[in-house]
Amino acid sequence: MRSGLIAQKIGMTRLFSADGSHVPVTVLKVDACQVVAVRTKENDGYTALQLGVGTIKVKNVTQAERGHFAKAKVEPKRKLVEFRVSEDAVLDVGAEISVEHFVEGQLVDVTGVTIGKGFAGAMKRWNFGGLRATHGVSVSHRSHGSTGNRQDPGRTFKNKKMAGHMGQEKVTTLNLTVVKTDADRGLIYIKGAVPGSDNGYVTVRDAIKRNQENLPYPAALKEQKNAA
Amino acid sequence: MNLIQTIEAENIKALAEKNPVPNFAPGDTLKVKVKVIEGTRERIQAFEGVCIARKASGINSNFTVRKISYGEGVERVFPLYSPRLAGIEVIRRGSVRRAKLYYLRDRRGKSARIVERAMTGNEERDAADHRDALQKVKDAEGKGA
Repeated sequence: MRSGLIAQKIGMTRLFSADGSHVPVTVLKVDACQVVAVRTKENDGYTALQLGVGTIKVKNVTQAERGHFAKAKVEPKRKLVEFRVSEDAVLDVGAEISVEHFVEGQLVDVTGVTIGKGFAGAMKRWNFGGLRATHGVSVSHRSHGSTGNRQDPGRTFKNKKMAGHMGQEKVTTLNLTVVKTDADRGLIYIKGAVPGSDNGYVTVRDAIKRNQENLPYPAALKEQKNAA
Repeated sequence: MNLIQTIEAENIKALAEKNPVPNFAPGDTLKVKVKVIEGTRERIQAFEGVCIARKASGINSNFTVRKISYGEGVERVFPLYSPRLAGIEVIRRGSVRRAKLYYLRDRRGKSARIVERAMTGNEERDAADHRDALQKVKDAEGKGA
């Protein structure tokens, strides 16, 4: 299992292809994504890579985090995320992963925190139909209606869909296509929408529900490319 | 300029180089050449009418052309930078006082006419630039063939 990447969602646009069809794409930016720590079976009981992305002023980093970054000999990172990997896909601490880690046409899963909608009614949150506009309905046109039966069972069942907090939850969109990558600027173009607001951080990994071949294994690194 | 705008500007530049867009405004009569695929072969179909609206929104820019076809009003919205357009030709410049000519939808015949106006100096310069750009594309195609 390869590592994923942390990226910043920049926004959406469209790409026209030569045959005239157009593709709606989300642009993700990967800014200096480096390995900050390695979790090993012996030490931690599982194998994973801790990646960091972005830049942050040193004065805004806590003393403990400064020590953590100093140990890895990397610049302080804005966002740290762990990715479980198989043992042969472990990278060295400090290695920088390039966006060419993902190949044009491959499928990926993108995880992000959705835009918060606050306390939302049943119509918005669960796509309920609401009540009628006329025929004697008063005040409760957007209400959810009945929540249960009669004396038997005499209660509202748990998990009944009702109004409540919506959004700002972790969501993974599966099997999105990588349209293209731009290594110079560190951009990944993904077909369709991804969860989260613009400038928010998302994680991108290989689609877990597909077996994909010809991917750079264990990772596409920046240094490797410079040496070649 | 943010990153999305930069990317869009680059894409627009590349698309406009291959397929130059003339300067036109609502009220102008246009001939839009559209590439149509029929079975396996591709041909060019013209749609001629009055431009009644333009939406300027980077790469998502589009324009609406209205014509009367067999007594029935027909409107088509074209993406300005679509590679499916083989070319836009300005046939006539019209003098109008608003940006969206939706009032034409309620009019027929005489009252739906638009007065022709002369091109301004700037427009003539733009038209000359457009001819140059078209010539350039033609030359490039000639070299390629």
